[in-house]
Amino acid sequence: MNLFRTLIEKRIWEAGIDKLGIKGQFGGEAMGEVALLEINGLRTSIDDTDILHGINLKIMPGEIHAVMGRNGSGKSTTANVLMGHPDYEVTDGTIYLDGKDLLEMEAHERARSGIFLSFQYPQAVPGLQVGNFLRRSVAAVRGEEAAKGAEFRSTLKEGMNRLGLDRSFLSRYVNDGFSGGEKKRFEILQMMLLKPRLAILDETDSGLDIDGIRTVAEGIDAAIRGTTSGALIITHYNRILEHVKPDYVHVLINGRIVKSGGPELASELEERGYDWLEGDAE
Amino acid sequence: MTDEARSAVGDYKVGWHDPENATIRFDFGLSEQVVRDISALKNEPEWMTEIRVKAFHHFENRPMPTWGNMHLLEEIDFDKVCYYLRSSDATEKNWDDVPEDIRNTFDRLGIPEAEQKWLSGVTAQYESEAVYHSIREDLEEQGVIFLDMDSGLREYEGIVKEYFGSVIPYTDNKFSALNTAVWSGGSFIYVPSGVHVEMPVQAYFRINAKNMGQFERTLIIADEGSSIHYVEGCTAPTYSTDSLHSAVVELIALPGAHIRYSTVQNWSNNVYNLVTKRGVAYDNATIEWVDGNIGSKLTMKYPAVILKGEGAHAEVISVAYSGEGQHQDAGAKIHHLASNTTSKILSKSISKDGGRGSYRGMVTVSPKAENCKVNVVCDALLLDEDSRSDTYPTMEVGNSGARCEHEASVSKVSDDQLFYLMSRGHTEEEALALIVNGFFEPFTRELPMEYAVELNQLMALEMEGSIG
Repeated sequence: MNLFRTLIEKRIWEAGIDKLGIKGQFGGEAMGEVALLEINGLRTSIDDTDILHGINLKIMPGEIHAVMGRNGSGKSTTANVLMGHPDYEVTDGTIYLDGKDLLEMEAHERARSGIFLSFQYPQAVPGLQVGNFLRRSVAAVRGEEAAKGAEFRSTLKEGMNRLGLDRSFLSRYVNDGFSGGEKKRFEILQMMLLKPRLAILDETDSGLDIDGIRTVAEGIDAAIRGTTSGALIITHYNRILEHVKPDYVHVLINGRIVKSGGPELASELEERGYDWLEGDAE
Repeated sequence: MTDEARSAVGDYKVGWHDPENATIRFDFGLSEQVVRDISALKNEPEWMTEIRVKAFHHFENRPMPTWGNMHLLEEIDFDKVCYYLRSSDATEKNWDDVPEDIRNTFDRLGIPEAEQKWLSGVTAQYESEAVYHSIREDLEEQGVIFLDMDSGLREYEGIVKEYFGSVIPYTDNKFSALNTAVWSGGSFIYVPSGVHVEMPVQAYFRINAKNMGQFERTLIIADEGSSIHYVEGCTAPTYSTDSLHSAVVELIALPGAHIRYSTVQNWSNNVYNLVTKRGVAYDNATIEWVDGNIGSKLTMKYPAVILKGEGAHAEVISVAYSGEGQHQDAGAKIHHLASNTTSKILSKSISKDGGRGSYRGMVTVSPKAENCKVNVVCDALLLDEDSRSDTYPTMEVGNSGARCEHEASVSKVSDDQLFYLMSRGHTEEEALALIVNGFFEPFTRELPMEYAVELNQLMALEMEGSIG
């Protein structure tokens, strides 16, 4: 059924039928399909400071969206709130993944439901070996069987090759003494193995050189394109979006999405900066 | 001595190894007569009786240590301790008397029922006797002597007399005096020159109930160029109604020998675990203590190495886990008496639910010892605000050519670390266990595989219910 839907989706897309304005702020709902992610009126605060002031966003299966904005605009907050960071309080609004209420779930339950967050600052866990961690995480998210078979081993090998990670990487400790680039590649490797429904990539391009960005972009493409999963790329540069072309781009200013558009919006932001949109945020 | 015990003394001559025949249990409390009775019951040579008696008087006169957790030490009531319990008593305990939480822990560690019962002191594990004998036969072929300490004294009195108390005299501290006065059980091992015992010698302690005791005494002698890895204890909780455990372990590594002594102990939380462990390393010999302390009410344990010969090397790797109401006061002592000696101390402690972990270490380098190297690292991990960690490092360096390094760190589990792991599908408890086991990993990787696996499982169990 999902495959069928995806095919229809693809046809519609290829035929150039934009889903603009059918329903929701941007991004469409074709054929009455259930959205992969649906955020409505999301307001959050941390330590009594309001950060998000009513976010609406809908991602359909197979879509890649980008959220762009300056530092402090609420981008990382959006990522953390979706994953369920306990420090953020959701004061209003709803979040649904495949029709399931995410706000009812703790972070590990969201992971098991298919949310993946590639962290801006991945945490080190000294003494926990990468190989062991990957196996346990795949078992936790996708079940014991998924962590045992040949498929796990081949995905792992393929992912490591693609990302240029050496075999010895598996016996290192999770993010302990990793370079910035190694941390980001390791996040993408985890994404490839966990096969999420929705991958959220928080500033995955920062700290990467141009080769690193290309490698990581290919990894995202390989994991999401042609599947019914989706991705939400959070960034303040256009760089990564040149390699992973998003279907939709949203601009976040002061905790609100002030503009949405196609991939051309990213290029426009690159040229004009954010100032011309400031007024819309008031 | 009770009448019952007296009649059992008669039985002894018939057969000490018949565990079902008699029960000998001395009344509570200690006196010179009790010490003499223990020695008589074991039919010991006169010199051992005399050492025991001297040690008893030293114990009586020696004040409590004036350092460490004096508050908890003062709570020990020596009159309420039973100083001699013939091991066959253990078989008379009832499995139903073992607290349910401990029985559950056995189950969840995946330890088979028979072994559970043995470990909790309910029964001797006859099924494993065959295993024990085959290990012993292999060792015997190599000329290795491997006996319980009582048998060692009977069969190899000369060697025992030469080395017993040579590393840890009864005058060393109050608890070594107590142990010398009333010791029972423990292991006696002699590895002949040039013999390498390939397998870690470990099954012994897991299957031989005789060795489990409150006051065990262990003596290991590795002759020139030999090597042995000895493993003591078990990760499963050692349920004990006895509240005082005070062992003495002496290691002698003759020139070029290598002794590694690994311990994982998990006492029930009513137990005082006050142990003296020390080894002497001669020229180019190595002694390694791998020491894991979980549970107990108060543990005071500082495995020590005297580097007596040139080029000798010492390592002490220890971990301590203190939970609610527990204080692990552990560390290491190294004395560099000879030139070109090297030592390495790695101490890791985790405190949780108000538990307290203390690292207490002492390293000395004598003025005559040239070109020595010392490396000390101690790390503490606190799991909540109520827990406590202290570090008491002492270094006395008498030779300016010594190279000494000391690093200490205290860290806390951060919310961001937990969130990161939870975002990969792990519950908060699982995430905490991954962090804790990672922290212990430098220790765990030194253990034989089955102990490492059990220790990881145990820490995962300890983390359960810890998230409020």
